[in-house]
Amino acid sequence: MDGSTQALTGFLSNQPVQTALAVSAITALVSAAVGVFAVIRGQSFAGHAFSGIGAAGGSGAVLVGVQPLVGFVTINVAAAGAMEMIGLRGARGRNLATGIVLGVALGLSALFLALDTAYTSRSGTTVSILFGSLFTVQPSLLPTVAVIGVIVAGLIAALYRPLLLTSVSRDLAAVRGVPIRLVGIGYVVALALAVSLSAVTIGAILSTALLVGPAATVLHVTRRTSTALALAAVLGVAACWIGILVSYASASWSTDARGWPVSFCIVAVVFIFYLSTSYGSRLGRRPRSPHPAHDVSPRPD
Amino acid sequence: MSTSERTSSGGSDVLVVEDLSVVLGGRTVLDGVGFSAAAGSFTGLIGSNGTGKTTLLKTILGIVQPTSGRVLIDGGAGSRQRPLVGYVPQKIELEPDAPLRARDLIGLGLDGNRLGIPWPSANRRRLIDAMIDAVNANGFADRRVGLLSGGEQQRVMIAHALISRPRLLLLDEPLANLDITNSHEVVKLLSHIATDQNIAIVLTAHDMNPLLQAMDRIVYLAGGRAASGTTAEVVRSETLSDLYGHPVEVVHAGGRVLVVAGECADDENPPTSPPRDEPGVV
Repeated sequence: MDGSTQALTGFLSNQPVQTALAVSAITALVSAAVGVFAVIRGQSFAGHAFSGIGAAGGSGAVLVGVQPLVGFVTINVAAAGAMEMIGLRGARGRNLATGIVLGVALGLSALFLALDTAYTSRSGTTVSILFGSLFTVQPSLLPTVAVIGVIVAGLIAALYRPLLLTSVSRDLAAVRGVPIRLVGIGYVVALALAVSLSAVTIGAILSTALLVGPAATVLHVTRRTSTALALAAVLGVAACWIGILVSYASASWSTDARGWPVSFCIVAVVFIFYLSTSYGSRLGRRPRSPHPAHDVSPRPD
Repeated sequence: MSTSERTSSGGSDVLVVEDLSVVLGGRTVLDGVGFSAAAGSFTGLIGSNGTGKTTLLKTILGIVQPTSGRVLIDGGAGSRQRPLVGYVPQKIELEPDAPLRARDLIGLGLDGNRLGIPWPSANRRRLIDAMIDAVNANGFADRRVGLLSGGEQQRVMIAHALISRPRLLLLDEPLANLDITNSHEVVKLLSHIATDQNIAIVLTAHDMNPLLQAMDRIVYLAGGRAASGTTAEVVRSETLSDLYGHPVEVVHAGGRVLVVAGECADDENPPTSPPRDEPGVV
């Protein structure tokens, strides 16, 4: 009992752990909110794209000697603008545009990562950009993370209703005077920023795990948008904190003194959450399949 | 509720379409279309695919600008706070498992265009509940919109459009994906709403038959031109032959009305015949 209390005190008073807890909490909160809308709008592919595009920004940033976060944000926001400009109407055009931008960005990150290794002689860069290194985040980065978090939260709160209306029907939203284009751009920028924060927390490649994971998990649990947002936020923060704790503790039992990578631990918890709710809801849903006759009727197309 | 004597003349016209022409990409889609719809009336815009129905609807909604002519809604007294036109699109683009309940979507009809997160209030809840009652959606108000059947989604969208108390309700092919029973229910509901709330209902359809009992006015579109009036006036061989520009025949069979190509004296390919894929039935 005393031993575990002491260990927990040690955990909480550890400077890198404190920074990790704060950065991951902010990231998880905004990623969850953006993620729920990504699922509603069918735009999670754009989220995946930003994770790949972010890798180019992060590795480029290291090359010119600035914080990876600066690189993630710069390239993702630029890519968001590019996608909006290329992608005209409809999900198909949007996906094609996303794919084109993603391809170019992944090629660039291959170049930048090779150059990083050659010129900065830090072989850890590739791993830390792609898979994250939450425990090495400097406390001085925290205010920047907080500001980005507030911007994303503000965008989502402001666009809440127009986002829902446009995802029901673009024509309907247009008739109600919603500036569809502006709302779309606002959302994609929020998505780009959220993925950038995620890239710092669990790495560029894994960043969609925090975006889509908690959102997909709560879909089975609630039918209300507001509850989905709140639950996804709680699950996201819980996954990060549990992951950090497990990673921290693993140093004492793992053969390698550094323990298990924190990104792996967080993503593993996210996945366990997802499995438990999708399995649980399947058990709960089977007995009462609602409207067997109606649900086979053709959907409007 | 039969083809009634309610006329659309006089001061109660909610929608007036005057000599409307629309040219899109060099093609004349609508050519001098005119009709009006009174408060409490039920109007069907009938025509096959490609006759300009959707363009007419979008012009009334203000999404497409007319080349000439004009659309007047309630004398032009609209505002953003209280839209004069409620609109029900043909399809819902929402992901099936999206967390959005039917009652939430109905609530978005009040303020879906505004910024910020909606705050629950007793008044808001009462308005939503009243709309759920009005369209008989009590059985599925708390279910996900994306998982409802076509007919259920149609009701929810009607409630969504009506909750802001518009003067005119426009529906794009509301019966297109419904079976006969659901079609009948939706038509009955719309007729009831028109008289009960004294609003003008205008809908597009490719088949006039489910609407024959309900329509006060029919606007029959062919080749971008329109004939309007009561069904008795419009759905006649002479009127429609004139509209199509070649002989067609209106046939009553088994309680249904069919429009079939008549005998063409001089050619094998009449310029605007009823389409082949729905043989003869318009």
